[in-house]
Amino acid sequence: MTVKLSDLVDILDAEIIVGHENTDLSFDFCTASDLMSDVLRGPTEGSILITGLNNTQVIRASVIAHVAAIVLVRKKRPNEDLVIGAKEHDIPVLRTPLTMFTVCGKLSRMGLRGVEERV
Amino acid sequence: MTGMARHAGIASRNPFPGVSPSGLRIEPVPLMPSVERKFRIAANDFVNAGEVSIEVQGMLKKIGFPPALTRRVSISAYEAEMNVVMHGGDGEMALLIDPDEIVLECSDNGPGIEDVELALTPGYSTAKPEHQEMGFGAGMGLPNIKKNATELVVESGKGLGTHLTMRFEVKA
Repeated sequence: MTVKLSDLVDILDAEIIVGHENTDLSFDFCTASDLMSDVLRGPTEGSILITGLNNTQVIRASVIAHVAAIVLVRKKRPNEDLVIGAKEHDIPVLRTPLTMFTVCGKLSRMGLRGVEERV
Repeated sequence: MTGMARHAGIASRNPFPGVSPSGLRIEPVPLMPSVERKFRIAANDFVNAGEVSIEVQGMLKKIGFPPALTRRVSISAYEAEMNVVMHGGDGEMALLIDPDEIVLECSDNGPGIEDVELALTPGYSTAKPEHQEMGFGAGMGLPNIKKNATELVVESGKGLGTHLTMRFEVKA
């Protein structure tokens, strides 16, 4: 099941911080982690990253690992470098008031699949 | 007569650069010239940590390497760069791009690795809590480089700094 960025806004009651012009972007895979080391282990390319981290390394790891969009849980406010990097590399960033568990559950019910299923 | 026609055909279509129409081997024609760049990496500079790897990724993209290969090289560069920033003291990353191989060499003058085999074990980590708060230090850095590189050579020892050589085969 493919989910669009605009669907994420509705499902997760999310706010778009970067990527207002990319609401038609669509995704099939998703991963959730606060460990950027895990994000780098892949196969996360083209997937949504759900994370509670809001620092610069989130955007650097996402650029390197070809992550397609970032969802920050618990309404975390991204640091300035994360936002600058996301704009520069065209990676949408959303934030939701929901917890990581709830976000994962909702997106799983929508039909998004874990990255291990793409192997 | 037939042979001459064939030679002419080869010359006009030139499907084999580096081979003369007579079949005589001449100097191979590289697909692109070698590229070499060096970058400095500063210890404990968490503001800029990762920028070298993003620049490496940008260079590979610009040249037009396949995304999967670009990803493998830049992930390895990033893991190595973060290791230098977190543990290594100041260091340097060298990137060599050849038509058939990409080589990353990362060296630092940090405390070195006492037991390289142990450091290559997934999950083994000497990271500090502040590294883990940034999402690193899970003991997956060197194992992840090993997974992504065609070949990884680790040269290190207590008090000797660390030198990583990461090779990536470029398949035509």
